[in-house]
Amino acid sequence: MSDDKPKAGNPLVNRRKLEARRKFLRSIVLGAAVMGISSVGYIPVARAWNVRMRPPGALEEPDFLSSCIKCGQCVQVCPVQAIKLDDIEQGYGVGVPYIDSRTQACDFSCDAVQCILACPTGALVYHKPAFMPSRSEMRLPAPPILLAKEKSPEPTLNLKERSGLAVLLRPEKCLARQGKGFKGMARGPSFKGKMRFMEVDRWKPIPLRDHPFELELCDLCVRTCPIKGAISMESVVENGVTIKTPVVHEACLGCGVCEMVCPPDLPAIVVEARKGWSV
Amino acid sequence: MNKYLESVRVMLGGDPRKAEPAEYTEEAKVIHFYKKNQKEDFEALKLEAREHQKKRYWLKRRWTVLLSINLLFTVSFWFDVQILEGALTASRLLGFHLIDLNSALQVMLAHKHIIVNLFIGTGTVFVLWLLLGGRTFCSWVCPYHFLAENAERLHVYLVEKKKISDHAFHRGVRSVFWVLFAAMAWVTGYTVFESISPTGIVSRALIYGPGLALGWVTLLLLFEIFYSRRAWCRYVCPIGLTYGFVGVFSPVHVTYKLANCHHEGECRKVCEVPHVLECVIKGRAPSAKLDIGSDCTRCGMCIDVCPSGALSFEISGLRKIM
Repeated sequence: MSDDKPKAGNPLVNRRKLEARRKFLRSIVLGAAVMGISSVGYIPVARAWNVRMRPPGALEEPDFLSSCIKCGQCVQVCPVQAIKLDDIEQGYGVGVPYIDSRTQACDFSCDAVQCILACPTGALVYHKPAFMPSRSEMRLPAPPILLAKEKSPEPTLNLKERSGLAVLLRPEKCLARQGKGFKGMARGPSFKGKMRFMEVDRWKPIPLRDHPFELELCDLCVRTCPIKGAISMESVVENGVTIKTPVVHEACLGCGVCEMVCPPDLPAIVVEARKGWSV
Repeated sequence: MNKYLESVRVMLGGDPRKAEPAEYTEEAKVIHFYKKNQKEDFEALKLEAREHQKKRYWLKRRWTVLLSINLLFTVSFWFDVQILEGALTASRLLGFHLIDLNSALQVMLAHKHIIVNLFIGTGTVFVLWLLLGGRTFCSWVCPYHFLAENAERLHVYLVEKKKISDHAFHRGVRSVFWVLFAAMAWVTGYTVFESISPTGIVSRALIYGPGLALGWVTLLLLFEIFYSRRAWCRYVCPIGLTYGFVGVFSPVHVTYKLANCHHEGECRKVCEVPHVLECVIKGRAPSAKLDIGSDCTRCGMCIDVCPSGALSFEISGLRKIM
């Protein structure tokens, strides 16, 4: 294109015409290039490379991605910094908040789901609008009771739906099922995750490593769960032997605290994002 | 033609129109006649004017404002002082919602619902930029503008050294992009533009820490340095056009005074949008005093370089009141 020479005839007029034509063609190439580049962002979304756990109260994924304005105000209000923003490898999900429960779970130590309050666009909401209902299996059977404020006049969290569900993904890793206890820091001395312990401080979350445990039988997932009746330790008979195993109940919100505290390198219990309750 | 319509037409990509002989005011005709027929040497006058020029007067002020606003976001988050929370796409100033007009538009088109908070936040921002001049956002707030204008210095240097040449695009392509990005948001249901917007990316990087997305911003800057001057801001960014519309009726603008102009063209060399300054070409201005069009980012570079004070910031109506 740039090698074209003006034709003989009227050189000045030709050159001007040629420059205008080049400019026009160049602009079309620019348009196609920018549109092409901006379409690439669809690939990670369409192929769902990472199924992200969204903050509490998030709309269903397509609605969430379209309504999030990518400002990070939810990130700023979280007292345990559980919420992070995605990078450009997530395509259209760039700048959209997510929670990596294993690194830092949402333990509801803000008491009021402040991320929802901070959201300016209604991508995170207390009540899903009627025209944008979530799947029925995401709906909670009853308002979730936050153990930390169980004795207050209003003990519930203002949430109607779960964001995921805890699942005992690797039962063979579970210390309780092996009859083992647990002593020490739940995730070792280098783990930076934080949690609120009511007996330590009502409002200030502390690093998990500053709160060592000494347990006859490991029940970390059960004792750290912030929601009433979401998980319990049950006796079951497997292969003729009675063992203890954690059992997740319908009250589970998918907050991910159990996944964060689970001591093995690969957690026995994990939260599956966007998974609903099924019997 | 109505000056507002003309300003919008030029902003959308039309070439600036030469005024018809009948449109020239008597006063302008007199000044043009005087300039044409005076054979005196202006050099002494020009040199004297340069002596009194304030170097980088508006540049210093603008960079101070731009950096302060962006750092206020960072400081608010890092030290938890809660003055300005969020990022440039949406934020809260002491609790008041402020939402970027273009981001809000993309979200509403993708989501297909009007959210009350979004409406309130855009309302405040709309009024704010209506008062302050629309594209004032670009040069006084946008962090990408800051990076790009510094990259631009390098580009201009390289062009002067004849190492590279500048490649212009048709300015109308920005209007096409505006429509395409809006259409893509509506059709796909994703805020497509937000995923490549360097304004959002740089703003978030400053607040929440750098990421891979800055690689995209770097590519854009390299493109602007080595291929096309200020390409993103001039030919692509729909944020600029959105705020440009807000600025059409804004009282804050740069004003041109024909009598003071020596027609040296320094202002057009530094301008991000030189098509708004066509009127400074000798013989073009149809009246003695002209307001520069809405595509102007009110950056004040032209005011800084003008040695004879032909360009200045003005707030319409203020003079009448005062």
